[in-house]
Amino acid sequence: MLISLRAAVKWALLGIGVIVILIPFIWMITGSFRSEADLFAAPQSLWPTTWTLHGYQSIWEELPFLRLLFNTFIFAGVTTALLLLFDSMCAYALARINFRGSTVLFWLVIATLMIPFQVTLIPVFIELFHFGWLNTYQGLIVPRATSAFGIFMLRQFFLSIPRELDEAARIDGAGHFRIYWRIILPLSKPALATLAVLHFMNLWNDLLWPLIVTSSTDMRTLPAGLTLFGGQHVTDHAVLLAGATISLLPLALAFFLAQRFFVAGVATTGLK
Amino acid sequence: MTAHHATSVAGSITAGNRGGTRRFRFQPAWLFIAPSLTIILIFIVFPIFQSFWYSLFNWRIGADVQEWLGLGNYQRLLGDELFWNALRVTLIFSIVSVAAQMVLGYLTAAALLRDTLFNKVVRSIYFFPTIVALATIGLVWRFLLDPSIGLVGGIFAAFGAEPIGWLQDPALALPTVIFVSVWKNLGFTMVILLAGLTGVPTHLYEAAKIDGANSRQLTWYVTIPSIRPTLLFTTMILTINSLQVFDLVYVMTDGGPLFATDTLVTKMFREGFTNFDIGYASAIAWVLFALIMILSALQLRLFRYRDVD
Repeated sequence: MLISLRAAVKWALLGIGVIVILIPFIWMITGSFRSEADLFAAPQSLWPTTWTLHGYQSIWEELPFLRLLFNTFIFAGVTTALLLLFDSMCAYALARINFRGSTVLFWLVIATLMIPFQVTLIPVFIELFHFGWLNTYQGLIVPRATSAFGIFMLRQFFLSIPRELDEAARIDGAGHFRIYWRIILPLSKPALATLAVLHFMNLWNDLLWPLIVTSSTDMRTLPAGLTLFGGQHVTDHAVLLAGATISLLPLALAFFLAQRFFVAGVATTGLK
Repeated sequence: MTAHHATSVAGSITAGNRGGTRRFRFQPAWLFIAPSLTIILIFIVFPIFQSFWYSLFNWRIGADVQEWLGLGNYQRLLGDELFWNALRVTLIFSIVSVAAQMVLGYLTAAALLRDTLFNKVVRSIYFFPTIVALATIGLVWRFLLDPSIGLVGGIFAAFGAEPIGWLQDPALALPTVIFVSVWKNLGFTMVILLAGLTGVPTHLYEAAKIDGANSRQLTWYVTIPSIRPTLLFTTMILTINSLQVFDLVYVMTDGGPLFATDTLVTKMFREGFTNFDIGYASAIAWVLFALIMILSALQLRLFRYRDVD
């Protein structure tokens, strides 16, 4: 009896949790189809009295929304691709090549792991100002194109790959580049996929970085563009809710298709 | 590793070779490292020192001569009531949200431990907020809590109660932002703790049950001690992340009302990128850095990175 009461309480609480988690998403989606008058008239309702698409029509006019979407794809996509390439190259050298300075380099990577990116934000901003890179794609992408966490994680992964494979390839005449590209990378697909999902997600969602690097509306990413648009006096909530819905869609879709990579990525990191 | 002196011409590329100190010898490792190392040096290592350097000046972008202040910016911090406010808000935010996430994260992880299909679905739902942008979902929450159009206010009104200005009331704004932060990060905590919980060897439970332990005793004397490293690790990670809170506050309240939710990073952002008070903002950055370094050092001491070389 006591056991079943406990179970009932447990499931009731979990159920409430599920509702609290889901309500904002449901409200966001249904709200994006509601008129402003409807929102004011019936705020207690989760459901539109009449459905209207005007939020999804106006978002493209009130913001260069297509451009924001494009910018976000470029920023998150290109940066993730470069991150995987550079991090895996660096990790390969640390895991497989004996060279003077490798220990120092490894500790440098560990040390940079602990530096919060907010602390370097102002000097990086001023550097980009001097390079003339503010408000450009290279300014958005290049400073983020490597990550100490990625190097560290891939190095650990590469160390777990048996060295016999390299040695066999070396006897066949393969050099470092071929061993890296033909042996190590193909064997590391799960680690690379996990890292890719993690980085893409973080970059897609990032606010602070695009906010300071970009200054024109045309160069903003979705989070920065929507935030600044929403920071003004909002007269039509459906437009912003439509924008929010669209900007969540790619990651939500990816999540449904490849949930385990998201969970693995998030579980391996402490970096937000 | 061999350290022989090279007599051959440069260009014979052999791994594991070390050139003489005077003679240049091509080391392929540097090719592999160059991109990452360049970026780390230019955009992390140099800026971290540069940041401290700025904090010693009344720094203005593009000025020919910068006014040296020594520790003046740090002295100014000590007398700045809004700095103490931001520090206090950041610490309250961190302590309360981390404690709530740990307790709720543990309870959800423990409740959903078994790998049934149903549990997997519920876990996915709890995890889902982790993948969405804080900025975007913060905006949605801001509207949801809006007294005139929000669902929450609407439900209050439907029961005849006055809608509450969750984010407009200085006393309620911080608890509300903390709530949304917990809502967002609960799934993250749950996933890490789940990994810890599944690692507890079942024979420990069996042995304790034979000794007649009840379920509360199992939790306190078997589960918690077994996952103590995971608990410590998670607490540390969450704390370090919370100290850097920015997105949610910036989107939901922008530090207001009356600085009730102004954190160290939002203050730094305002001083640096609105007032262009670079030196002062850098001093705030270094306070944050010091806080995080202390915690990280503690973390390293407590766990030691187990590194196989």
